[in-house]
Amino acid sequence: MTTVNETLGQYSELFMLLAALTYTVAFLAFALDLVRSRKMPAQALEPARELVPATAGADGDGSVQWSHRTLPQGNSSTGGTAKDTMGYRPLRRTAARIGVALGVVGLVVHAAGVISRGIAAGRMPWGNMYEFTTTGALLVMAVFLGALVVRDLRFLGTFITGLVLVMLMAGAIAFPTPVAQLIPALQSYWLIIHVSVAVLAAAIFTITFALSVLQLAKSRQEKDEKLRLGGLLRLVPDAASLEQLAYRMNAIGFILWTFTLMAGAIWAEAAWGRYWGWDTKEVWTFVIWVVYAGYLHARATRGWDGTRAAWLSITGYLCVIFNFVVVNVYFSGLHSYSGIS
Amino acid sequence: MTDTEAKTQMPARDKVVLPKLGPLGMLRWAWRQLTSMKTALQLLLMLAVASVPGSLFPQRPANPAVVTQYILDNPATGPWLDRLQLFDVYSSVWFSAIYLLLFISLVGCVIPRARLHWKALRSAPPRTPRSLSRLPEYGTMTVAAESSLTVEQAVDDAAQILRRHGYRTRLHAGDTDHPSVAAERGYLKEAGNLVFHTALIGVLIAVAIGGMFGYRAQKLVIEEEGFTNAELGYDAFFPGTNFNPDSLSPFSITLDNFEVRFDRSLTNYGSPIDFRADMTVQNTPTDEPRQEVLRVNEPISFGGTNVYLIGNGYAPVVTVRDGDGNIALQGPVASLPTDATYNSTIVIKAPDARPFQLGFVGFFLPTAMVDEDGVAFGSDPDPMNPQLNLNSYYGDLGLDDGNPVSVYQLDTSGLTQLNGRDMPDGGIVLGAYQTYDLPEGKGSITFDGLKRYVALDVVFDPGKIGALVFTTLALLGLIFTLIIPRRRVWIRVGKHDDGRTMVEYGLLARGEDHGLSKEAVRIGSALTKHWKRTTTESRQEKS
Ligand code: HEM
Repeated sequence: MTTVNETLGQYSELFMLLAALTYTVAFLAFALDLVRSRKMPAQALEPARELVPATAGADGDGSVQWSHRTLPQGNSSTGGTAKDTMGYRPLRRTAARIGVALGVVGLVVHAAGVISRGIAAGRMPWGNMYEFTTTGALLVMAVFLGALVVRDLRFLGTFITGLVLVMLMAGAIAFPTPVAQLIPALQSYWLIIHVSVAVLAAAIFTITFALSVLQLAKSRQEKDEKLRLGGLLRLVPDAASLEQLAYRMNAIGFILWTFTLMAGAIWAEAAWGRYWGWDTKEVWTFVIWVVYAGYLHARATRGWDGTRAAWLSITGYLCVIFNFVVVNVYFSGLHSYSGIS
Repeated sequence: MTDTEAKTQMPARDKVVLPKLGPLGMLRWAWRQLTSMKTALQLLLMLAVASVPGSLFPQRPANPAVVTQYILDNPATGPWLDRLQLFDVYSSVWFSAIYLLLFISLVGCVIPRARLHWKALRSAPPRTPRSLSRLPEYGTMTVAAESSLTVEQAVDDAAQILRRHGYRTRLHAGDTDHPSVAAERGYLKEAGNLVFHTALIGVLIAVAIGGMFGYRAQKLVIEEEGFTNAELGYDAFFPGTNFNPDSLSPFSITLDNFEVRFDRSLTNYGSPIDFRADMTVQNTPTDEPRQEVLRVNEPISFGGTNVYLIGNGYAPVVTVRDGDGNIALQGPVASLPTDATYNSTIVIKAPDARPFQLGFVGFFLPTAMVDEDGVAFGSDPDPMNPQLNLNSYYGDLGLDDGNPVSVYQLDTSGLTQLNGRDMPDGGIVLGAYQTYDLPEGKGSITFDGLKRYVALDVVFDPGKIGALVFTTLALLGLIFTLIIPRRRVWIRVGKHDDGRTMVEYGLLARGEDHGLSKEAVRIGSALTKHWKRTTTESRQEKS
């Protein structure tokens, strides 16, 4: 078994600090973008791209004329020809661009921090709360920046960078843990599979949480024209679009969480001889799974989609947080790996 | 619209109209209620809420002793919580009721849907609706007259392009001026949903089978000792409700050596890194013995029965001589670790001692140090300065009246104390190889050596494989149902008087489908491109 490289461990902490500083500036840039958005001209906020080349026949020889339209759906304000409500708009948002650029820089430094931590410990860096938090934050950021490639979710920038900062600070202040080897119960490749997927799912749920919160705010605003909320929500797409995106991401998150549950059960079987024992951690993993299953059902149940589904999505995420923070730290169970004594 | 479609997919069961239908009608009404989406959702949410108390209160199956203590500590609330089955949440009446109702609802949901889907699978895509423009995605195309595109050709082209996009198609041509093609794809979405829900039932059944026919047993094995898989050989044995003793496979295990490695780096000094038990095992008494290594996370398997390394500790080897000078007890006695440095409690009973039985209660410390107050404490999990700190008693140990007594506890109420920190003779402090003579010539105790032991769990769960298979199926079904979109496309073609070919199309999603617009555009583009090309070709032919 390899020994721990403490110098590298210190470099890792330095990388984390630098990443946090970069994210802080990114956060400020995104916040500036939000503030500025209050004064942007309305037409600049129109979706940029129409999916259909509406006058397809006009170019070329005109041998085929084509037109297409999408029915407006639900309380969505979009309609007419198919539009990409979360596509990039023509408007140039310098502050947001700086935010994204700094986010990418932060991500690279952050990744260096996580990887060097892993190398320092001679294993995957997923062995205690500090490592769960820092890796989780990395994935939240990575999923967010990855999603930016296809969707303009920069309106989430403040929230996401803010949250990632909180996670990094929590890791450094509440859960600091020196680099160490794993206790025997954690020496299993199922750890790598189970924890990595769990953290990825949690990262996705983080983003859907943000979307659902905004959905609630937006649908409140759509019902009540006078509600301006300081104009800060101007960049945010309509509630229906938010709900759809949240649904898609929650669906993926749910698949990953189902896998987490399974992999955890398989690991528990190998370690303790039973695949399910209603240990505290298992209970909460199950509760989260059922809440999101409820969410998926709600989306298909009359009277439960929209706002109520959003509340379920939010509840699910609160359970994720509870499972991660409260259960890991305050409940004793077989899964006491927090590394905090 | 896609949303409404998802809702109509379930027969409209949500509309509750109280029927005046007599008992049978009432029953049917109740069944409809139970199998409605709304009920399923409510039951799911109830299940989530009902699971929570099991994480707040200690649970009997996992920690019976903690529950007993909890009730003693909370005499006012404890018995009430117990009556509400809050210490047995997952086998409680209310928890069971929720999940059983949920699963009945599930069955009532899955069967009619499976029947519908089976029909859909074997029938062609549904007829083209009269008005395509009411569909959520709708578009028109006009192909110039010079293309010489006939309506038949256009429908054929459209069908071919749809098939290339993975659709199953059906032509409605022939007797009409406006032939059309109906197409559908994504049958696997519904199939996946059915597999997912059915597999959940499978998981429940597999869990039940494990609980009925399996068993779980615990055994503490000291180095150089062993045991055979038999009900009586265990320290604790928990059979399933329908356990059959024939399912005990006749293996045997001997612990040759147990090795522990602790972290010696400065930052995590003393935390364990590796536990390794070297075992000699036999599948049956007539088989060749073979060597196996048992580790945490790496059980040894005997057919369907697995042996797990759950815990470990020290077993000091002691010799107890009685008042007559005879050896009353000789051998290792397991101590129970209470913390990470293996400070352990130990109980030594010598019922064979004469004229009085002897008993000892105290601590074992692998590396004893003495603090400022002169109290010994353990400072390291490795045995660098092993020490026994004991109080001694004599009298009747109470082992002979037939009541089962834990080997790790000694009821001192009927005994007379010989040693203790408050006694004139003080407590017994024994370093390695030391002997202590008990007061009043009652005997002596010698600390001869030290062995380690392992705590093993032996588990036979015949439902395990089923649970794995069904959860895997559930996961696959889930992936299919959530990723694959189910879509219908209809394309109708007609000829304008001026020779142009008029095409209209409409798309409809079944279930959630965010990508329907994109799909419409994709198909529209493919059609446009195709007919542009054929027009160009036919122009070139003409010229
Ligand atoms: C053990 C309890 C249950 C669990 C964990 C569960 C879980 C799920 C999940 C995760 C989905 C999403 C997959 C999809 O959209 O196809 C789903 C969908 C669905 N479930 Fe369940 N379910 C349960 C019980 C039921 C019951 C009792 C019913 C019938 C009343 C039901 C009817 C449906 C239907 C109709 C859908 C499809 C919704 C859609 O079209 O989006 N489920 N279920």
